[in-house]
Amino acid sequence: MNMPDLQPLMPEIVFLGLALFVLLAELFIKSKETIGLMVIVSVAATAYMIPQSFGVTFSGMFISDGYSSFFKFIFLLNLILTILISIQYIQIERAEFGEYYTVLMFSTLGMMIMASAGDLIVLYLGLELMALSTYILAGFIRHDARSTESALKYFLLGAFSSAILLYGIMLLYGLTGTTDIMKLSSLLMKNGMRLQSIFAIVMVMVAFGFKIALVPFHMWAPDVYEGAPTSITAFMSVGPKAAGFAVIGRVFLTGLEGFSADWRLLLVVLSIATMAVGNIIAIQQHNLKRMLAYSSIAHAGYAVLGVIAGNTEGLSATMNYLLIYAFMNIGAFSVLVLLRNEQERIETLEQIKGLARNHPFASALMLIFMFSLTGIPPTAGFVGKFFLFRALVYSGYTWLAVVAVVFSAISAYFYLRVVMYMYMYEPEEGVTQDISTAAPLGLALLITSLMVIAIGIYPEPFVNFARLVVG
Amino acid sequence: MVEAFFIYFALMVVFCSVMVVSRKNPVHSVLWMLVMFFHVAGLYLMLNAEFLAATQIIVYAGAILVLFLFVIMLLNLKEEIATEHSVGGWPGGLALAVSFLLFALLAFTGFTVKASGKWSIQEVSRLTHTKALGKVLYTEYLFPFEVASVILLVAIVGAVVLAKKKLKS
Repeated sequence: MNMPDLQPLMPEIVFLGLALFVLLAELFIKSKETIGLMVIVSVAATAYMIPQSFGVTFSGMFISDGYSSFFKFIFLLNLILTILISIQYIQIERAEFGEYYTVLMFSTLGMMIMASAGDLIVLYLGLELMALSTYILAGFIRHDARSTESALKYFLLGAFSSAILLYGIMLLYGLTGTTDIMKLSSLLMKNGMRLQSIFAIVMVMVAFGFKIALVPFHMWAPDVYEGAPTSITAFMSVGPKAAGFAVIGRVFLTGLEGFSADWRLLLVVLSIATMAVGNIIAIQQHNLKRMLAYSSIAHAGYAVLGVIAGNTEGLSATMNYLLIYAFMNIGAFSVLVLLRNEQERIETLEQIKGLARNHPFASALMLIFMFSLTGIPPTAGFVGKFFLFRALVYSGYTWLAVVAVVFSAISAYFYLRVVMYMYMYEPEEGVTQDISTAAPLGLALLITSLMVIAIGIYPEPFVNFARLVVG
Repeated sequence: MVEAFFIYFALMVVFCSVMVVSRKNPVHSVLWMLVMFFHVAGLYLMLNAEFLAATQIIVYAGAILVLFLFVIMLLNLKEEIATEHSVGGWPGGLALAVSFLLFALLAFTGFTVKASGKWSIQEVSRLTHTKALGKVLYTEYLFPFEVASVILLVAIVGAVVLAKKKLKS
């Protein structure tokens, strides 16, 4: 047995080694800022390795290419931003265990493995690594019943969806005799069992749909997002979702290419249901975290549109959208973290009434993120939606693009309501609107708001980058 | 003769599974599950998979079931369970399960047997199942194996954080 080529795996190996180092270092270093800095340095080292890692290894099980690298970039960015907003927040929540940072790194490692998986077994293991770490993180505030409940709910439903994924993988293996994603399509076509293949595809889609919270597999999301620590909600509304899209792109567009007419039809139905439920139920929410949870469901519905378009244009639009979504969504959650003070959690619409009087700057940032989530120019959200809908129209789904625009217009109601409550009301009596003054959090807000505006004004390099990477 | 054993094991697995989900007392459920695990191990033995049979008994019957029993005894749920059965919506669940089973059976009809490569039945029985599995696991499937080890590490870290660490007040 020859030594396998480890070059494509180097970013993951380095990242794992540094994660283990952080796990040990945390025993001796008490300053959480130092640990946070170590994680950020690890991320930088890993990001540096990624461009030199292109290749296929372990006989096709692990693929490092432009596509996976783009997603890894999103995951690492997500990790950095989460670390920046976490440092002070988890101290306020009295959950500042050093393992927090290591588990975040392990979760990111799982996502990186998912994005590079060329084999269904590797895909499943990467997914489990990511999910298991996220369950732990969701329950990190142990003295808070809501956090524990959210972790347990997430765990039970996550385990259930894993079982469904395994059934799907088992059926695909039975039908083709391989777990290699690249060989699936041709072998399935050769086998010719259409109905049986579709049953397997449905199973796989249900499991992935659970991970990215597509309706009707979204039931866990609002409760889990509301109960988990806000920094973790930001983390898992971006990272695992992007990882889910990474495997959907790989499995459906490559592995199940031959059945594209069938899964496309399924995805069209799911995406319309997702946009409808996400946007309409968000209107009723008065808790901002819950509202953002439904908004994140709706955004998954938009992002799927690019996969439905199914060509280079569509896939790169989805990838771009996920990158933009990372900035604007983490930005919005950062403002919520900013509003968490020693006395209370500011999470409801009533509590942010008149925020602009007390904190004009924080309100202005929230305004930018809400505009971007709605998709109003000149913010990044507009650019993201524009390219998604354009790809959709070019591939012949004009009616679906119209539906998406209509739901997008509905979403303006609940996003702009936040702005209205901040700017057009007087502050309520007895609500302490103290805000955090942590420097890392400020940096996270600076990065996210600048990027949201920069991509909105000058999208060219980002759009071209994603297109280059896919094509 | 072999068929008789297979029918015995298969029927017992189905019977025990039904008993697991239909018992009111959770301790009884767990004990029925134990019986079921032994019969599943028997099925594995019939397939010449002695390694799987051993792990089935050591890991599932030995470790996981004991954990179940611990949890049930710690929680002391008896009275709650007796008054309110936890599987109230069973007709819907049964319908779902049956339709799922039918679909799964349909899907099985499409299964293909690929030409066996290096690991033919003769080769596996010559090397013994355990050795063959070990060889594949540490060469061809080395990468997934290592990822699995990271998953176990995360599970340990998580268990320590969520259960052991002292709460800060």
